[in-house]
Amino acid sequence: MRETFTQLTYLVASVLFILGLRSLTKPDSARRGMQYAAIGMLLAIVGTLVQHEIVRFDWIAGGLILGTIIGIPLGTQVPMTAMPQRIAISHMFGALAATLVGVAEYWLHGADLGAAKMAAVGFEVLFGALTVTGSFMAFGKLQEIITGRAVTYKGQNTVNITLFVITVGMFVYLIVHPENAVIFYTMIALALLIGIFLVLPIGGADMPVVISLLNSYAGLASAATGFAIGNNVLIIAGALDGASGFILSIVMSKAMNRSFQNVIFGAFGAAPTTSAKSASGLTVRSISAEDAAIQLAYAKLVIIVPGYGMAVAQAQHQVRELAELIEKKGGDVKYAIHPVAGRMPGHMNVLLAEANVPYDRLYDMDEINGEFERADVALVIGANDVVNPAARNDKSSPIYGMPILNADKAQNIIVLKRSMNPGFAGIENELFYNDKTSLLFGDAKASLSKLVAEMKTV
Amino acid sequence: MNPTSFMQLYVFMLAAFVGYQIITRVPPLLHTPLMSATNAISAISLVGSLVAAGSDRGMVSTVLGFVAVTAATINVVGGFVITDRMLKMFRREPTPVKDSATKSAESSASPPADAAKVAGGK
Repeated sequence: MRETFTQLTYLVASVLFILGLRSLTKPDSARRGMQYAAIGMLLAIVGTLVQHEIVRFDWIAGGLILGTIIGIPLGTQVPMTAMPQRIAISHMFGALAATLVGVAEYWLHGADLGAAKMAAVGFEVLFGALTVTGSFMAFGKLQEIITGRAVTYKGQNTVNITLFVITVGMFVYLIVHPENAVIFYTMIALALLIGIFLVLPIGGADMPVVISLLNSYAGLASAATGFAIGNNVLIIAGALDGASGFILSIVMSKAMNRSFQNVIFGAFGAAPTTSAKSASGLTVRSISAEDAAIQLAYAKLVIIVPGYGMAVAQAQHQVRELAELIEKKGGDVKYAIHPVAGRMPGHMNVLLAEANVPYDRLYDMDEINGEFERADVALVIGANDVVNPAARNDKSSPIYGMPILNADKAQNIIVLKRSMNPGFAGIENELFYNDKTSLLFGDAKASLSKLVAEMKTV
Repeated sequence: MNPTSFMQLYVFMLAAFVGYQIITRVPPLLHTPLMSATNAISAISLVGSLVAAGSDRGMVSTVLGFVAVTAATINVVGGFVITDRMLKMFRREPTPVKDSATKSAESSASPPADAAKVAGGK
């Protein structure tokens, strides 16, 4: 009877999870759908707690309370600008839970696991462990505890691939000889190392791909947990998470023109190349906030291109304020969102939504690219590589082939930029030297505040 | 491989297929909430952690289970809360409502509105 109840709650939870994700296909229905998914989660937890197997509640209660105490501020207090590192650390927690359940399972059953169960447990701790350290590294880079730049050294690929091959070898050995505990724990240690090495050579601009990839790994670890302990709702939820991370990695890598293998193996072989093109002899034109404001005030269509610089400066509210002033003067404002703008999928959309920009003003690359020609001003705020025309016409450029926003097709381009330092990929940007381009130097937030002040007087 | 393992593989394959079909239709607009949502959902591994922590199968299992319960609960609570917080922010432009509202406001209450603006400007 109790078993039936438990299985029923799992079934209902699975259905609610799938419906919850389906609700995310439309912004209007999304919130309600995810609330149902949360109810599904609650049901599954209750269903588990009434099981015969669970005989003591002291440690469970402790974990639930502690987790809630830590979880609530992580949900309510973290600012939207810190969302990439928040997501990265949550992948770590998810993978940690999966790994520890796997270790506990091995500790209890060890040699008696049998080949199929051992494969599941092995998969679980392998993906779990490398996601734990990988996500923590991603978190550290995004939080700037460790350098956000790519760390590379000679022979890096050889080291990584060797490590990977050895670990997979151990995994295969364990399926045949599950009783060898030394190999099991060594494999976990190596997987932890792989996680570190995997993220070490990845620079800030590549973070969206890595975060998506770790998302997928965390999901697969959860699914493997389901195989190991024979629980279908875990398999389903893990598969959904794995599929989601996988799709996002592909979307992100396409938007950066990186190959499929490059995604699967993360950073392997992705050593950053330096640009062949130098900017010597070219000059840029700078513009005062006053002149820029006049241009914006008389524009019929302004397309705003936000990038990571806007997130760093936390300037999204000033952007919205400026947009409202342009609209008051009779201009139309649209936002062009590149898939990899920022540090995770959808980063810019969340920030602008936080600043009360209605989401029907946010346009994907494919929707907006045809409109730049009609735009009087393209206002580039802290974006660099995603508007670099070299991706279109310079075969020697490392970003050649990457789809970009056609900001250079606009009548005028105003670029808000901190300094003339090149972007994260370290590539010169021809757009800045274009005749139609003027640069407004300074911190994005300060520049936007000046623009807002000037707009009010125009 | 036993029949149970095969059934599990069926479940996994079908769920992955459903996930693929649904998630390819999620607009880029909602990719960040999608990430935090799937993250919260996959924290269902809490279910496995609860069994490890509560089935009294020795101290090692219990302590590992306890840490796992804590980590998974962080994701369940934090994940659903933050997803809801994000989704709450996504608003459509209130155009159809605004049009009629501003028109009636212009005809009836425009002088006080202007006065308020002037006062605010000072």
